[in-house]
Amino acid sequence: MAATTSATAPSREDGSLPGSARGRKKPRRSYSVGRGAVPYLLVLPAILMELLIHLVPMVVGVVMSFKELTQFYIRNWGQAPGAGLRNYRVVVDVNGAVGSALLHSFLITCAFAVLAVGFSWLLGITGAILMQDTFRGRGFLRALFMTPYALPVYASVIIWAFMLQHDNGLVNHVLHDQLHLTSKPAFWLIGGNSFISVVVVSVWRNWPFALLVIMAGLQNIPDELYEASAIDGAGIWQQIRRITMPSLRPINRVLVLVLFLWTFNDFNVPYVLFGQSAPPAGDLISVHIYQASFHTWNFGSGSAMSVLMLLFLLVVTAAYLAVTSLSNRRSNA
Amino acid sequence: MRRTRITAAIAAITVATAALTACGGGTATGNGGNKSPKTLTYWASNQGKNLDDDKQKLTPELQKFEKQTGIHVKLEVVGWPDLLNRILTAASSGQGPDVLNIGNTWSASLQATGALLPFDDGNFNAIGGKQRFVASALGSTGAAGKDPAAVPLYSLAYGLYYNKKLFKDAGIANPPATWSELITDGKKLTGGGKYGLAIEGANNAENIHHAYIFAKQHGGDFFDAAGNPTFTSPGAVAGVKQFVDFMASDKITAAGDAEYAQNQSLEDFAKGKAGMLLWQAAGVQLAQRGMKADDWGIAPVPVQSGAPGQGTQVDTMVAGINLAVFKNTQNRDGALKFVKFMTSDEEQKILNGKYGSIPPVTSAQSDPQFSNPEQTVLRQGLAKSAVALPQVAKESQFEDVVGPALKDLFADAAAGRPVTDDSVRKRLEKAQQQMAG
Repeated sequence: MAATTSATAPSREDGSLPGSARGRKKPRRSYSVGRGAVPYLLVLPAILMELLIHLVPMVVGVVMSFKELTQFYIRNWGQAPGAGLRNYRVVVDVNGAVGSALLHSFLITCAFAVLAVGFSWLLGITGAILMQDTFRGRGFLRALFMTPYALPVYASVIIWAFMLQHDNGLVNHVLHDQLHLTSKPAFWLIGGNSFISVVVVSVWRNWPFALLVIMAGLQNIPDELYEASAIDGAGIWQQIRRITMPSLRPINRVLVLVLFLWTFNDFNVPYVLFGQSAPPAGDLISVHIYQASFHTWNFGSGSAMSVLMLLFLLVVTAAYLAVTSLSNRRSNA
Repeated sequence: MRRTRITAAIAAITVATAALTACGGGTATGNGGNKSPKTLTYWASNQGKNLDDDKQKLTPELQKFEKQTGIHVKLEVVGWPDLLNRILTAASSGQGPDVLNIGNTWSASLQATGALLPFDDGNFNAIGGKQRFVASALGSTGAAGKDPAAVPLYSLAYGLYYNKKLFKDAGIANPPATWSELITDGKKLTGGGKYGLAIEGANNAENIHHAYIFAKQHGGDFFDAAGNPTFTSPGAVAGVKQFVDFMASDKITAAGDAEYAQNQSLEDFAKGKAGMLLWQAAGVQLAQRGMKADDWGIAPVPVQSGAPGQGTQVDTMVAGINLAVFKNTQNRDGALKFVKFMTSDEEQKILNGKYGSIPPVTSAQSDPQFSNPEQTVLRQGLAKSAVALPQVAKESQFEDVVGPALKDLFADAAAGRPVTDDSVRKRLEKAQQQMAG
């Protein structure tokens, strides 16, 4: 990049073409900017945009969480009185209604995230390994498996909602009317089964991403490794255990983290699936926070919940990265 | 270097934009004015079969208004699941419509935000006077003792719709007048995939409307005189239980109804899958779903015993839609002109005729088109045995916490779990604690 070397060259007149500098390694600078400033200038737009798009709303959210932002103040929330730590005290008080509901939702979400990420990853890696070798129709299958990821969330989840309906849904038609697996049609969108529904839909949406990333990772494992191990008499399981999995380790590390953050935060799937009020068994935290804010019109306590969720995810991410890099170092040593 | 200079330029522009955007956030405290007198934005609620249906019904009227006043009205029809959130967002950002429809039960809650223009004497005079409106409809426009936050636009009430053919087949001569009669009739109608009564079990608004009437009939209420929630009062618990019991113990409602939130119960009634339905002005919507006007009848909503009236004899809420002006409007005079237009005798007749609702304007109500059997039942209900939902600031939260409580109770009933006084009280207690939070 010319910019990084420009400071070393004496300044010249403006007119010369940038192209003429090429090859001579003697670019000029057209105005004086300290050598150190240039890289910062280059990332400045990105930082500003990042501030604007991500950090400002986050800071606003944190500020809101310390305010008593109710319906009486939403029109002019500068004047909302401060609440100190009251919002936080209410939402972490697990003996109170709000706190215990939040805790319940948090535990449901943890179970949901673990299952959804686990199954997505398992399906992704199975699919990727099975499709590693070329065969007729591989391209078609790959494209087919990608469709859930390519479809708009709303459209695909609303179709799931139709399929999961009690009276006319496809799922009950198959399970009950055709296969006679259940004694009476089950409810999938209310009651306890709603947890299964939201996990299934989330896995269906997310596993193509796992597949895509793992497939890309597999391309980087040299064929020679497999050939050599085959000559040494390694079977398919041994190859997977000793070659594929260790080679995929860095990929898996990022993939699992990203999948976890996405599923934990997922708003679209439960919101579209369950509508205006989620059943207790499908009460995922992002929708819970949204509904808690709008139910009570208390955006202060809603923000407090969001901040707690943000902190939790930060801690999980940091711990995860620390643990995985530790084991990475150990396995490399 | 040219490239660096371009980058620097981009950076400079970005800084400038960022600074401008940051400043442009603005507060929502402006009090409007008349800076843009030529246009109005109008958020209509979904009164027809779907959003498009509303657009088709309203557009000719808006064109008429434009011809009369030269003000162009930009129409947006907002679905019910989004409407309250959209209004809240508009209130907090100050970026909203000029005129909007609100569910009349939200009046006091939205009044408390201060986002709506109060209809004081001056504003009422600008639209033709307060005395034009029916008193019961004005009772649902905001907290008592304050200037109304909106004016009534369409009035609605609940009626008991019944399928004449199914009634005849089951040997029932007259529609039920009490709940015990309704249960007896419902049991006769239930069987062979058909059910007595269709319920919209996962629909928050429908749920709380019924819960409120049932509570009233048991002498209970969801709020005390000071506006504090009393969800666990014996009357409220008994009322909610009686409603859920149609599915839980009387079994005259299909378990599948526990999932309904998109007017599927209306659909079931129109298709003859259920013999009875409690609904507001269903006639037009039944016709749109292919049910002939001769096939259904309407009666007042049942009571516990005796005849509908006041006190524990109420059988419907003062339902309806109010028209409000956003305080931040930049075209206040135009907005009031539009309210005057929409509440004029002529438009009231046209619009309420199209939607099958009742005009809340006295002089329009006497029009013969509102004297058919359906409108007569609804009109009499409104006049004699209707009660307004509590006009307190916490009303919309009440909808949002008690609605899901009923949804959960219906889910229990649908799954065959027992619904007892105790389970109802516990669920309502949880809802009440959410209000405090």
